[in-house]
Amino acid sequence: MANLTTESRPVRYALTGVALVFLFLFLLLPLIGVFWEALHKGWQLYLTALVEPEALSAIKLTLISAAIAVPLNLVFGVAAAWAIARFDFRGKSLLTTLIDLPFAVSPVVAGLMFILLFGANTVVGGWLQDHGLQVIFAVPGIVLATVFVTFPFVARELIPLMQSQGADEEQAAIVLGASGWQTFRKVTLPNIKWGLLYGVILTNARAMGEFGAVSVVSGHIRGETNTIPLHVEILYNEYNFVGAFACASLLALLALVTLLVKSLVEWRLHRQQQASTLRTAEARLQAQAAQP
Amino acid sequence: MSNILNLRHSVLPGFRLSFGITLFWLALIVLLPFAALVYSTVGMGWDGFAAAVGSPRVMASIRLSFATAGLSALINLVFGFLVAWVLVRYPFPGKRLVDALVDLPFALPTAVAGIALTTLYAPNGWIGQFLSPLGIKVAFTPLGIIVALTFIGLPFVVRTVQPVLEDLEKELEEAATCLGASRWDIFRRVIFPATLPSLITGGTMAFARATGEYGSVIFIAGNIPMVSEIAPLIIVSKLDQFDQQGATAVALVMLGISFVFLLVINLIQWWAARRHGAR
Repeated sequence: MANLTTESRPVRYALTGVALVFLFLFLLLPLIGVFWEALHKGWQLYLTALVEPEALSAIKLTLISAAIAVPLNLVFGVAAAWAIARFDFRGKSLLTTLIDLPFAVSPVVAGLMFILLFGANTVVGGWLQDHGLQVIFAVPGIVLATVFVTFPFVARELIPLMQSQGADEEQAAIVLGASGWQTFRKVTLPNIKWGLLYGVILTNARAMGEFGAVSVVSGHIRGETNTIPLHVEILYNEYNFVGAFACASLLALLALVTLLVKSLVEWRLHRQQQASTLRTAEARLQAQAAQP
Repeated sequence: MSNILNLRHSVLPGFRLSFGITLFWLALIVLLPFAALVYSTVGMGWDGFAAAVGSPRVMASIRLSFATAGLSALINLVFGFLVAWVLVRYPFPGKRLVDALVDLPFALPTAVAGIALTTLYAPNGWIGQFLSPLGIKVAFTPLGIIVALTFIGLPFVVRTVQPVLEDLEKELEEAATCLGASRWDIFRRVIFPATLPSLITGGTMAFARATGEYGSVIFIAGNIPMVSEIAPLIIVSKLDQFDQQGATAVALVMLGISFVFLLVINLIQWWAARRHGAR
């Protein structure tokens, strides 16, 4: 009876084998390759490549732009999720589509749009430059491009989560006399914290790893407007493979941490869901028992 | 404001604040740059546009971008479905690790993926050394572009198909088996039609992402004009030569073609969903 709805054993093994070989060749091998290339000439060279001044300045700029982009998009994401998942209004689906727009645009085109807006020969860019603020080929441009490409992540993670949880608990809190902020802090935040964490981690991974958009607006000034991914490109094109892969391995580590947090968050969300189903069932049983 | 928006009454506070923040940030970060793109297009005029886009090198790059994106999406449809199927249906050791690994292309920066794949597929690389005696060159050819785009697009297909396969009702298959259908019949007539809409969605997302992909491709492509030069790279090199107008024109063509593709695929999907739902 058991194998009525599955394939025969040889077919199962063959399909599993093909899938695993494919994943090994396309996903695992590149990942291993990064660390191998970075380390196979010894720790000494690896560490030297990471502490040279240009690498350090790239790491610093990457951290700065992520430290600005992530909190801004975090506030935006929570606000957007609150408006979209908790209220009914006209144009809601249009708003959701517009929020997703940065995903649909090539990173290169994203960078181009900022050049068209803030380049030295445009109205806005020229005015800003006259007032001492250079955007393109400078740090503000890099931050803007980073904010653009990571724009939808938090909102996208929170909207479906908050929609599936429903507004019952928050409505109860308001009706019982809690203020808006109290409700948000004590009811909403504990419910969405794992989804929020994952959204932030994704935003951060993309912010630190973005290449195309940042490359277009950065101007590649060494030691000034290079982020880690741009520094990787320069080293690689100079055939400094150990240096390139050493910097790349930092980003690969970040990717691994991201995957780990994702698995953790999915596990927690799953447990939270199970627990709430269990609580509902228990409450129903108690209510039944209390009836005469 | 609530009148224009037809806002339905709710006891929850904070609509004005959250909606205001959302709209402000959206306008500043997304809509303003788009407006700049539209504005500079309007100022360009038809002749400038045609001159920038019409050159053989630009046309070749646009053709290449869409062809390689399409082929890699097809590869991902086949293998993405297989991976989702194996992850949902068959037990094997290390499954949770493999499941987590599928998201790697989302998490790994594209430039890192690009140099890693190039090193693997170079003639003396771990994989390239087995392919070059066979006369297959991957790195620095259009084949390399397909490899990079397949890497980038895989999770889109797996992650859209996987939940649909998980929710598929076993009872349907049991009923079909009891009525005498073979496994292959059941796959063809029961399982596949049910997953088709999600396959189309996943494939479309992979395709759309692949057409604009830059970081992972430029290292492995070799960037030979007319042969392995993708359209996003044309935009970048036009910008490097301070030809903003030309770059904008190419970007517009890319956006336009992507838009038409998405429209057509949405229509197909709508048709497939209706056909499947009607039965």
